[in-house]
Amino acid sequence: MATTRTRVSSFAPNLSSVKSSQHLGLKNGPNGATFISSGISDLDKILGGGFTLGSLVMIMEDAEAPHHMLLLRNFMSQGLLHRQPLLYSSPSKDPRGFLGTLPSPGSSKDDISREPSHEKDLRIAWQYKKYFSVPQLNINTNNGGQHDYCNDLDLRKPLERHFITSNNVDCVSIQNSQNLDVLKDRCAEFLAQFSRNEGGSSSAGRIAIQSFCSPQCKYSDMEWHMLSFIRSLKGMARSSNVVVVVTFPPSLLSPSCSKRLQHMADTLLSVRAIPDEDKELAKLLTGYQDMVGLLNVHKVARLNTQVPVILEATTFSIKLQKRKYLVFECLNQAPVDGSGGSSYGNYDGCSRSTKAVSLDF
Amino acid sequence: MEQQGLDLMDQALGFHSNKAQQQPWPLSGRFVLVEDCVDTSGAFVLHHILKRSFTSHPSSAVIFLAFANPINHYDRVLRKLGCNLASQRDTGRFFFLDMLMLQCPVEGEPNHDGLAAVFEKIERVISELSPENKKFVTVIIDDISCLELAANGSSNDAIDFLHYCYTLTSENDYALVALNHRDIYSDGERSTFKLEIEYLADILVKVDPLATGLAKDVHGQVMVLNKETQKQHGISSIKVHNFHFKIKENNTEYFYAGSRT
Repeated sequence: MATTRTRVSSFAPNLSSVKSSQHLGLKNGPNGATFISSGISDLDKILGGGFTLGSLVMIMEDAEAPHHMLLLRNFMSQGLLHRQPLLYSSPSKDPRGFLGTLPSPGSSKDDISREPSHEKDLRIAWQYKKYFSVPQLNINTNNGGQHDYCNDLDLRKPLERHFITSNNVDCVSIQNSQNLDVLKDRCAEFLAQFSRNEGGSSSAGRIAIQSFCSPQCKYSDMEWHMLSFIRSLKGMARSSNVVVVVTFPPSLLSPSCSKRLQHMADTLLSVRAIPDEDKELAKLLTGYQDMVGLLNVHKVARLNTQVPVILEATTFSIKLQKRKYLVFECLNQAPVDGSGGSSYGNYDGCSRSTKAVSLDF
Repeated sequence: MEQQGLDLMDQALGFHSNKAQQQPWPLSGRFVLVEDCVDTSGAFVLHHILKRSFTSHPSSAVIFLAFANPINHYDRVLRKLGCNLASQRDTGRFFFLDMLMLQCPVEGEPNHDGLAAVFEKIERVISELSPENKKFVTVIIDDISCLELAANGSSNDAIDFLHYCYTLTSENDYALVALNHRDIYSDGERSTFKLEIEYLADILVKVDPLATGLAKDVHGQVMVLNKETQKQHGISSIKVHNFHFKIKENNTEYFYAGSRT
C-alpha cells in the first residue's frame, strides 16, 4: 500500500510562477537561478548571466568618484525598459529628479559588439589562436536576441518620459528620516508583490538603494540599525523575485561594519576612481587615457550551491565607449620596452583585497 | 556506518580510519569553530559536518540554527552532496530553526523573542527527541556574526548564548559547530569577541584564500587546530593540520599543498 511519492522537496520554492525564457528580461541559470540583466552587457558576462533574482548586490563606492551612479543608472533603466517595477531610494531631497538621467537604448547603428575585425588582418598568426584560453563568450550574431535581455544603453540619451512616469517607479527619499523604518516598510510592501511563496507577480522587480549610509542621513551613525536593515532586506529579498542593489561608501563606516556588509552581500562589487594624468599608470596599462575608473568583482552570488565562482580576472577598467556606452574591459599590461622580455598579454587581476591608495592587480 | 574513505578534513576533525579506535561521532562533547573571510567562505565545512553527522550513526540528530540562509538553500546544497534533508526532517533527525528574520527586541521591551527564547527552544527540541536519537546530537549555528546582529549588536548576549550552548553540549556529549567571519573582528575593540569564542572552541578550522590569490583548481587553504585533551594525565596536545581544498557540487576535495596533479 505504499504510495510512491514523486521526489519533490517540500523546501523548494514554488518556481512555477516564474516563466523564464519567454518572459522579457529573464534568463535561466544553473541551480534554479533566474537572472536579470544589470544593464551592462559586459557585467552580465562577467557575472555569468546577470544578477540573480533573490540576491542582494552591494556596490562599494569610492567617496571620490560617482562611478557607482553609472552602474545604478544602467540597472534602473534596464528594469524600466523591461517593465520591471522599480523602487528607488536616495539621500537626496527629490529622488525623482535622478530618473531624468537614466540612459536610453542607443541607436542601432552604434553597434558596440566588438567584432574581431583584427582577425582579418592577422592571418599570419592564425596558428596561435589555439593558445588563447580566453573563451569567446557568445559573440552574438543575433543582436536582436541579445537586446531582449540587455540593451546597449546610451548614457547621453535620457530615457523616454513614459517609462519614468508610469506606475512602475516608486521613489523614497531618506534624507529626513530619523531611521530606516520607513524605507524598510516600503521595501517590505514592494517585495511582498514579488513573493515566490504565495503566487505573487510572475515578473521581476528591482530595488535600488543609493548611498544608504551617507553622512547626510540622520541615522548614519546608527551602525547596528543599518546592519539589521540590510539583514532584514536580504532575508525578505531571498524569497522574492527581486534584485536589490545597494551602494554604500565603505570609507565612511567603521571597518567591522563595512566587513559585515560585505559578508551579507551575495554579489559584491566595488568601483574606484583612477587619477588623471598618472604617468606611472599610463606606462603600466594600455588604454589608460580612456579609462574612467576600475571595477572590482569581489564575490558573485551563488545561491543554492556551495561552489564559489572563480573569475579569470577580478579587476576591470571602466570605459565609456564612444563616450556613451559603459564597458568593462580586462586590464592589459602595456608592452614593456627594451630588454625586459615580458610579453604583451592579459594581466589577470588578483583577488587580493585592495587598499584605497595602492592599486593591486 | 559504512566505512568510507576518510579525507583529510575527516582525519583532522578526529575521525580515525582504524575502526577499533573509531568513536561513532568523534565530535561528541566538542565545539568546532569554523572561521572564514569575505574572500573565501567556510560554509562548505558546515555542509561537510552536517552530512557526516547523518552518516555517522543511524539515529543521530541535528539541530540547525540558520541565521544566514533559508532552508531551500541548504536543501539544494546537501542534496547534491548526497543527503536528503527533507527525509531526515520527516524521520525526526533534522530540526531546522529558521532565524533569518529573528530580531531581538531592544532593551526595555519584553524579551519574548530574545536569544534566551532561542536557547529554550533548542532545549525543548532536544528533550522531545527519542532516547535513541539523544545519544548523538549536533547543534550547528550558521553563523555567529548574524547571531550577534540579531541580538542588536550585543556581543555579551551572543557570547552568553554560546556559553549556554557550549555547556549544554559539552555536558551531554553533544557536538556544537559554529561558523564565524573572522575578518569582521580584526580591529582592536571587537577582537575580544572573536578571541573568547576561539578560546572556547575545541577544534578551530580556519579557512583562508591562498596567499597568491584565487585559483580555479585550489579554492583556498584550511588550517585545523585540534585541541586534544588526554584527560588521564591532564596533558593537552594540539594537533595542527594544513591542507588545501577545492569545492565541487557533490564533494569537496582536500589535499596537501602541491599534491594535486
